[in-house]
Amino acid sequence: MNSVALMPFAACCVLITCGVTLLLERSLVRVLAGVIVLGNGVNLLIVTSGGDAGGPPFVDGTGIADPLPQAMVLTAIVITLGVTAFLLAMVHRSWQLTGSDEVQDDTEDRRIRLRSRRGELSDAVRARQHAYRRLVIEQRAELAKLEAEQAERERLEEADLERRIARVHDELGQWMRELRYEGMTEDELQQRLEEAGLRDDPGAMSNLERIEQLREEHERGRAEQAGRERELRKKLKARQRDARRQLRAAIRDERERQALAQDPELEGDDS
Amino acid sequence: MNGPVLLERLVTGAVLLEAPVEVPADGPITLESLICVPVLLPLLAAGVKLAIGGRLRRLQSLISLVTLGISLAVSVVLMVAADTRGPLVTELGGWPSPIGICLVADRLSTLVLVVSSAVTFCVMVYSVVSAYDEQEHDAPMAVFHPAFLVMVAGVADAFLSGDLFNLFVAFELLLSGSYVLLTFGGTESRIRAGATYTLMALASSMLFLIALAITYGATGTLSLAQLAERFATLPEQVKILVELTLLLAFAIKAAIFPMSAWLPDSYPTAPAPATAVFAGLLTKVGVYSIIRLEALLFPGGPVSTLLMWVALATMLTGVLGAVAQTDMKRMLSFTLVSHIGYMVFGVALSTVAGLAGAIFYVVHHITVQTSLFLVTGLVERRTGTTSVTRLGGLMEASPLLAVLFFVPAMNLSGIPPMSGFLGKLMLVQAGLAHGGWLPVTLVAVGLVTSLLTLYAVAKTWGKAFWRGPRPDRLGRVVESDEHTGDDATVTTTALPVMLPVSVAALVALGLSFTVLAGPLVGLAQRAATELLAREPYVSAVLGRQP
Repeated sequence: MNSVALMPFAACCVLITCGVTLLLERSLVRVLAGVIVLGNGVNLLIVTSGGDAGGPPFVDGTGIADPLPQAMVLTAIVITLGVTAFLLAMVHRSWQLTGSDEVQDDTEDRRIRLRSRRGELSDAVRARQHAYRRLVIEQRAELAKLEAEQAERERLEEADLERRIARVHDELGQWMRELRYEGMTEDELQQRLEEAGLRDDPGAMSNLERIEQLREEHERGRAEQAGRERELRKKLKARQRDARRQLRAAIRDERERQALAQDPELEGDDS
Repeated sequence: MNGPVLLERLVTGAVLLEAPVEVPADGPITLESLICVPVLLPLLAAGVKLAIGGRLRRLQSLISLVTLGISLAVSVVLMVAADTRGPLVTELGGWPSPIGICLVADRLSTLVLVVSSAVTFCVMVYSVVSAYDEQEHDAPMAVFHPAFLVMVAGVADAFLSGDLFNLFVAFELLLSGSYVLLTFGGTESRIRAGATYTLMALASSMLFLIALAITYGATGTLSLAQLAERFATLPEQVKILVELTLLLAFAIKAAIFPMSAWLPDSYPTAPAPATAVFAGLLTKVGVYSIIRLEALLFPGGPVSTLLMWVALATMLTGVLGAVAQTDMKRMLSFTLVSHIGYMVFGVALSTVAGLAGAIFYVVHHITVQTSLFLVTGLVERRTGTTSVTRLGGLMEASPLLAVLFFVPAMNLSGIPPMSGFLGKLMLVQAGLAHGGWLPVTLVAVGLVTSLLTLYAVAKTWGKAFWRGPRPDRLGRVVESDEHTGDDATVTTTALPVMLPVSVAALVALGLSFTVLAGPLVGLAQRAATELLAREPYVSAVLGRQP
């Protein structure tokens, strides 16, 4: 129940702060120093709690120094000493075993970290596979659309052709009907027809030629289209192969990295 | 102390209790002076054993077993006496109470003392047999036993201490024993684990010392009884400051979230008997201290809400960690952390029912957790590993081990009618009776935790024992070398018969709590009532008539 002297209290604060800071280090020697400094700070705090320095013990009145904290501090000092000795032995042993005084990572912790890394990796692989699959689907859809358009165009062209052929047939029939009406015999009609062929009737011939021409054109267009499609397919295949190769390379890299990180201590499989 | 007289008194302990209360003032032994036995006897034995060194193994084992046996008997006598007569006090060195240091045996401390003595006795049997089995090493006897006994003395001192500074010394005593046990053999993994453990323990001790300095500065005393009175007169802020600092120091020892990360990191590497005792006792010493602190020094403070949140986080983080583990020892360490949450919950309720639940749970958990770790030690002895990914087919190879693991595992997860179920039931009832949304949430979380514990232990049991044998491990019996950590193939297939027997005794002790549930719950409730009343303790220590 004494008021605390400021100076010793400030000293306690500084010592404890330094001690805690050192305690957070990874090197065991620094930690040991931290323990000693922290212990001294705390011991000083206990002495401080006994009252002002220099006061007489066991005297009634104000300003007496309580001797009990000093007895307690003695105990605390002895305990700190013992623990320090133990820590020193442990630091030495650690140095003997590992050649460094740093606290090693827990193997189990490392394994769990590794497992989470592995999980992340497989997530990444899965994501890439997904993207790749989506790409393939998109490209296939594109191709299918192209094919459908082409088929539609062909259908239209064919219909056009049919129509034109039908018209030419109609014209020819009409012409023959007219000639027959005029009282021409079948033989004459046939002759006239041949004549028309020989005469190189521009209308009739052009119609037939046009039909042929159109047919050829159509064939050519189809061949071209098939070539284009083949090209497109080839390109798509190449792209897919590329993507697959890239993916495999990434996985292999990651595996190698993990194998490097793997410790001989880290045994056991995480099935 | 006069040995023959002491023994005679122990034998006639029951008669002694029936005798009239007046005890000869300057007789050689009073009932009160028996309180020192569980602390002094192991220390004395440790000294004797250190002097003997690695020789006379038979005598050494005899000394250890007799010491712990006597401690157990004395504890039982003390428990009966404390229950019938109220708190017993002995003043050390003859200094009167508020000035000198005293040991107090009340219902709570003697109950946990009895359980801890029984557990340490079984573990000592285990380690003696285990040491005999490894004839080539002297170290287990020469170092292990003294360190173990020092730790046991520290645990007893912590339970019996009636003074905050003595509690600190008790902590240091048990910790210094545990440092040696944890780094036993000085292998790389143990040194690494030992660094974590030692530094955490040191940090906690420093916090404890700071709390002591503040307490002494504020009240001028460290006697628990006197503090109970003087804290009432202090300003609220000072009270909170002291309470939180002490709570922090104890919470590190008890491995309460967020100060629990060190435990699964450091416990699994230690030798099996050491891990078993650490798991059973050391965290419970922290819990015991928290019970004392909350019930005696700071009853009904605002910290109980904080404690409830902390209990919730401890339960959940612990059990989720346990579910994720593939190593049996680590899985058990995580369940250990998780189940500390139940006890904190009981303390946080600060009702008679809650405290009684917490006390019962402490008793149950000490026994069950120790037996689980010991069985795991047997599994490791038998197969050379504790990783469930490598184990398998143990049920066929050793049905006894399978049963020995199964029973405490089910007990831990709270299958009726075992004591785990009773403890959880008491806490659930206490939580519901307390009312309020937070306790009810905690009850729900507690039930979820219990389910997840069941999942974790069932998974482990299924993989290690139930599934077919792993072809690469079949027929091989491997023992791990204490010194080098190397695995050595051993030709014998059977375990020494006393090893499973010592574990079976512990398992049976765990089961007996079901049979003795009536008296035990009654005792826990009386202990809780006594704790919350505070008056019996304070009057007994300060020498007033109640």
